[in-house]
Formats: sequence, C-alpha cells, structure tokens
Amino acid sequence: MQRYSSLNLAWKALRSNTGWSSAWRTPNLRRSYDVVVIGGGGHGLATAYFLAKKHGVRRVALLERGHIGQGNSGRNTQVTRSNYFYPVSSSFFDHSLKLYEGLSRELNFNVMLRQLGQINIAHSLHELEIIRRWANAIQMNGVDAEVLSEADIRKLVPILNTKSRFPIFGGLIQRRAGISRHDAVVWGFARGASARGVDIVQGCEVTGFRQSGDRVTSVETSQGVINCDRVCMSVSNQSSVLAGLAGFTLPITTMTLQAMVTEPIKPVLDPCVISGAIHAYVSQSDRGEIVIGGAADVYNSYRQRGTLAVARGVLAAVLELFPSFSRLKVMRQWAGAVDITPDTSPIMGLTPVRNLYINCGWGTGGYKAIPAGGDTMAQTIVGDKPHPLIRAFGLERFERGALVDEGAASGVAH
Amino acid sequence: MLNIPCPYCGPRTETEFTYGGPSHVTRPEFKSTDIEWTHYLYHRENPKGPYCERWLHSFGCGRWFNAMRDTTTHEILKVYLLGETSQIDEGAR
Repeated sequence: MQRYSSLNLAWKALRSNTGWSSAWRTPNLRRSYDVVVIGGGGHGLATAYFLAKKHGVRRVALLERGHIGQGNSGRNTQVTRSNYFYPVSSSFFDHSLKLYEGLSRELNFNVMLRQLGQINIAHSLHELEIIRRWANAIQMNGVDAEVLSEADIRKLVPILNTKSRFPIFGGLIQRRAGISRHDAVVWGFARGASARGVDIVQGCEVTGFRQSGDRVTSVETSQGVINCDRVCMSVSNQSSVLAGLAGFTLPITTMTLQAMVTEPIKPVLDPCVISGAIHAYVSQSDRGEIVIGGAADVYNSYRQRGTLAVARGVLAAVLELFPSFSRLKVMRQWAGAVDITPDTSPIMGLTPVRNLYINCGWGTGGYKAIPAGGDTMAQTIVGDKPHPLIRAFGLERFERGALVDEGAASGVAH
Repeated sequence: MLNIPCPYCGPRTETEFTYGGPSHVTRPEFKSTDIEWTHYLYHRENPKGPYCERWLHSFGCGRWFNAMRDTTTHEILKVYLLGETSQIDEGAR
C-alpha cells in the first residue's frame, strides 16, 4: 500500500501527479475463502478490514453487487454522534465515535472528521423536560452532553429563528458529534482491507446459499460458486431478500429516506441542528452546501426515490427555522432504501444459520456506526459469539421481548 | 408522488391517504409458541416486488381498502376491498 503523507503528496505533485497506484486491487474471485463478507458498504468493508487487521484472517472475500459505497454509505448525511439514551446503545455508539476520532490515522486516509457538535432543539417546555432527561441519561452513560438555553443556542447558531412558528425553548448539544466524509470512510476501509489481503470483488451478486444441515457450505454468485467457512451479510435494504435465500425471515421493513443539498454558500452553520418535533435535520458540509434530511417516506419501497410530499414537508419545516435559506436553490435530492427494525436499533450477531452472521437494521442511522460495526462483527465472526458490545442487539431479542427501543436512534421522533 | 385509485372515489393524490401497513396479517391462536407470536408481532414480509398493503382515504371518503403495489416501481397493480384477498396472497399460502 502506498502511504499517503504531505511529503508524498508534494513529491507526486512535482512529478505531475503521475505514479499514484490504485487505492485497492481488482482481484479475481477465488474458489474458496475463510470468510465471505456480502455487501461493500461501510459496514461490510470495515468488517473485512478488522477481520484481516485485528484477527489475521487471511482469506477474506468482500462481494459487492454494484460498486462499493454506492448504497446507503454514499447516500447518508455523514453525521457521527453517540447521544443515545440506553446504556447498551451509548456504549456501542461511543465506541464507534472514538474509533472515528482516530480513523484518519488508523486508515492513513483523511476522513475529514469535523467535530462541531450536534444540537437537538426543544420546541416546548415538555420537549425540554424530555431533552433534560435524555441529557442526564447520556451523562450517566459516560458520554458528553450539555443542556442549552435558548440564548446559548442563539449564540451557537445565530441564523436560527427562535421565535418562529416552532419557538425554541432550549436544547441538548453533544460537542463531540460531527460530520465526516462518507466516501473517504468507504475508500479508506477498502484501501486498508485490500492492502491486508482482502479480495474486494465488485459486480458480483449473491444469488443463493448452498446449505448442509444448519450451515452454509458455499455461496452462489453471479461469478460462480465460492466455498467458505463463514459468511457475514451486511447488505442493508437487501437483508430480507438475502435472509430469504438462506431460509429465515427478519423483522425488517425496507423504506425510503430522502436527503437534499442546496447550492454552496459561505459558512453560516457550525453544528448539526436537529428538531425531533418537526422531524428535520440540517448541517453545512465542507463544500458549503446546506444538507437537509427528514422523515422516512411512509410506505415500503426498494426504489431509492423519495416522494415529493415528504420532501416538501421537510423543506417547509426547515424554512421556518432558517428563514434565510428560502432563497437557496436545492441542487440535488436523493433517497436511499433503509432497513427499519421495530425498535429502531440494529440487528447484529448470529442467525438461525450457524455460520452466517448478520449486520443490518441500521435504518436511518448506520453511517455513524461503521467502524464499531466492523470491529464488533469481525470479533463476532472469529469468536462465533456476539462481541460484548452487541450482545443486546441480537436477532433473538425480539423473541425475548428485550427490545432496545431507541427513540434517539435517528435523533428524531419515530 | 403516488396516484392511488381509491375503489370508492377514484384516483386521488397520495397526500389524501394514510398508510396502514401490510394486509392479511393474521393473529395466531392463543396457544401459539413464542416464535409464532414473535413472527406475528415483528416479522414482516418485505418483498422486492408486489406487496399487499392497506390504505385509509383519510381526506376523502374515510374508508379503508387494500392495494397491491410493486415496491420496486411503486406501480399500483390493483386495489381491492377489505375482506377480499389478492391472488398473489392466495398463491403464497
């Protein structure tokens, strides 16, 4: 692997930027692997990376139907935070945020993490009470959180209209929350995994599993059959389809989540601002675009195209909070198909198939969990038992009624 | 935006309707196992293709009905009344 450094950058620039090698290899698929990871999004790539790096698994294949990072890893709004309510969520997501904080160094790839905080705003005294309780819970979990007054919020976000149709009574900030570059996270993990021997095979679709007893013996793909010891699926919205191929069902509903960006403007907004009551969140990217997201569309869909009704509702709410944005043009609007679980917490760990491991159900908030998702899944696969941080997120929790009903999962009401 | 043909009022825009989730979910017997109950409560058919769902024409006639919609194209393949079954649904049983 060619290391990236300022010295290297300057040296290559002097030579007209020739001599850069590709960030990852394009290997041919072999006939047999120790672990096959299905899905080349952030979670799949991070799992493959940690399998090779931390656990020394030599023969790992990562299969991606299209191109890596083209699903939800390339469609999210790049927020990383760990302001969760329940201790099990907090400890998992804070592990992830800590990994994010060291990720550029770990991967030798600048993921452009910018920790300018995230503010959840309260529009009524009752909402402020709930936010206080939430802040207390976060602090008890050992994670940073501060309750803000309306004046504090006005100071941090001067362009926010605090006396609008949705008056602001206060809020909650996690200062360590932030925004990073999603493509860089995908590319960084892909480059690191490839350098450690992971075969990243794009354009390879999984079409079936060959099973013997309760184990998978091989994976059928569009490029032939691969024998393998263990399989991990991290395929987000396609999880129900793949689980069906393996012979079990999941408590997942695939729905559409939209986001949009405006034309770029000068910096006006440091933290990410979330309103649970009106179901919208806003941040400004490094390029200056205002990034806006909101509620998921209401019906099941694999189409990756949002409905105008929801986009209009989100924009109307955002313009009440930020009247100055009314003159901005929306440059792009897009949607991803997200895998929603009944309790809005992920499903990670073992499945009814002995050597098939699952990482899905991230719904509207999987990006922030990428490094921890990879780290914990890699250990789960190698040790054949759930990593301590994900024990509460197993598929069997629905049978036991031990839901992790995390209203904070996407920072907005569900 | 969907154009949903309400069986009572004819085609209307999506914003007049409220989504009611999957059709034909049957409650298991009282003596069901934990697994059957879990499936009833949480596991949903999540097909990539034709899907049977309920809609309420809340800003119209106020009546519930079923629709079969393709989840990959959003095309509404047919609408039918509550109490009726779709052919696909019967085929699956």
